[in-house]
Amino acid sequence: MTDKSVTEQPAPGYVQTPAQTVGPFYGFALPYERGPELVPGHHPHAIRLHGTVTDGAGEPVPDAILEIWQADENGVLSRERGALDHDGFTFTGFGRAAVNLAGHYTFTTVKPGPVGDAAPYIVVTVFARGLIHHLFTRAYFPEDAAAHAGDTVLGAVPAERRQTLVAVADGTPGGAASYRFDVHLQGDAETVFLDFDA
Amino acid sequence: MTDETAPAPAVHPLADRAPTQASQAEISDEIRAIEAEARARVTDGGQPELHPRRNYPPYRSSILRHPTHALVRVDPEEVERVSPAFGHTDVNPLESDLTIQHNAEPLGERITVSGRVLDGEGRPVRHQLVEIWQANAGGRYVHKRDQHPAPLDPNFTGVGRVITGDNGEYSFTTIKPGPYPWRNHLNAWRPAHIHFSLFGTAFTQRLVTQMYFPGDPLFALDPIYQSITDPAARARLVGSYEHELSVPEWSLGYRWDIVLTGPKSTWMESEEAHD
Repeated sequence: MTDKSVTEQPAPGYVQTPAQTVGPFYGFALPYERGPELVPGHHPHAIRLHGTVTDGAGEPVPDAILEIWQADENGVLSRERGALDHDGFTFTGFGRAAVNLAGHYTFTTVKPGPVGDAAPYIVVTVFARGLIHHLFTRAYFPEDAAAHAGDTVLGAVPAERRQTLVAVADGTPGGAASYRFDVHLQGDAETVFLDFDA
Repeated sequence: MTDETAPAPAVHPLADRAPTQASQAEISDEIRAIEAEARARVTDGGQPELHPRRNYPPYRSSILRHPTHALVRVDPEEVERVSPAFGHTDVNPLESDLTIQHNAEPLGERITVSGRVLDGEGRPVRHQLVEIWQANAGGRYVHKRDQHPAPLDPNFTGVGRVITGDNGEYSFTTIKPGPYPWRNHLNAWRPAHIHFSLFGTAFTQRLVTQMYFPGDPLFALDPIYQSITDPAARARLVGSYEHELSVPEWSLGYRWDIVLTGPKSTWMESEEAHD
């Protein structure tokens, strides 16, 4: 097949550049020092957000990489430069964690405060080999059920799938509240992924 | 991270589960059939698909890793309408030169890749992070899961970062990556490419993609490139050789501009139909 188009210049105007898979070989490029630690583990309000990424066969995905983005404890979105520089004191709201060979990721962060009228949530972005275009989702918190009832985005999700967006409280290891947020790319419990009208 | 260069295991830990590998001819037939179907949709008045399909069976690893439900379309809220902020404390200016990270020069064809990062209205994305990674000139990544028997280059890691300038501009100095084999099907080879990771002013603009080089004979054969079914959209991933960007006695110059989503677009409707 001759693909003549590749010799042409991109069309005039500002048409968006297509995505491609992150592939398996990002290991020296994307992970960075303390990337999964938005706050240090000894922060008085530290929480753990963790989970496993699984594929349609229920197998862990051993080469996914996730990013989170969130407000601080007071619902304020950081405009601090230095989002890659987790110095242990400045909360930048951004984190990045590659999964381990068991498909498991862990972030240390704080629970965000609500921003505007929305129930508190953390934006989660998933990249992986085999996933040709990244996926956005949200991790809400189980103790906020009352706020979830009025949340616009949760309201747009079919009721039977809504729970996939709510993390599960799973204890307090080392005194920190832990929330499990598994990401199912396919299957009966397929996570709801969001397409932003942006 | 030093174990990344350890000898590869005898069995590829990420080898696909497919019991038999398809031939290139079979994969190419699948690619052509999907493209014909996509073209017919456009002929019938559909929007060309600006992004790859997440469900693209010729790329075998996508089969179990794409959502089967349609994405739920929602308005972004304030959290998604802003983005993490990066700055010069994050990135050393020297990180944009992938040829000076070791004691000596890497082997290969020295090139520069320059361009601008823009939003959907053509406004520059200023002072944002661009990250790249790539194989060396022989087509080998510094990664324990890459067991392509091409030599590692002790003078090349293949990782760079830069913060865009006032006009959204970026520039990297590197070497041209080689094509490399992978196990999607029998005799599968990826066209030479550089991985790019980009942020916009809104988190919804996040983009991870790959830049290709003009005239690559592997384009038609590659299911990752062809997962973008619209030929004009695919072409947006191909940098252009620009002789005025070449430096005499030093490097060859490529230009690649990147356009992020937003602030408002309609492409998602056509994509949603395939998820």
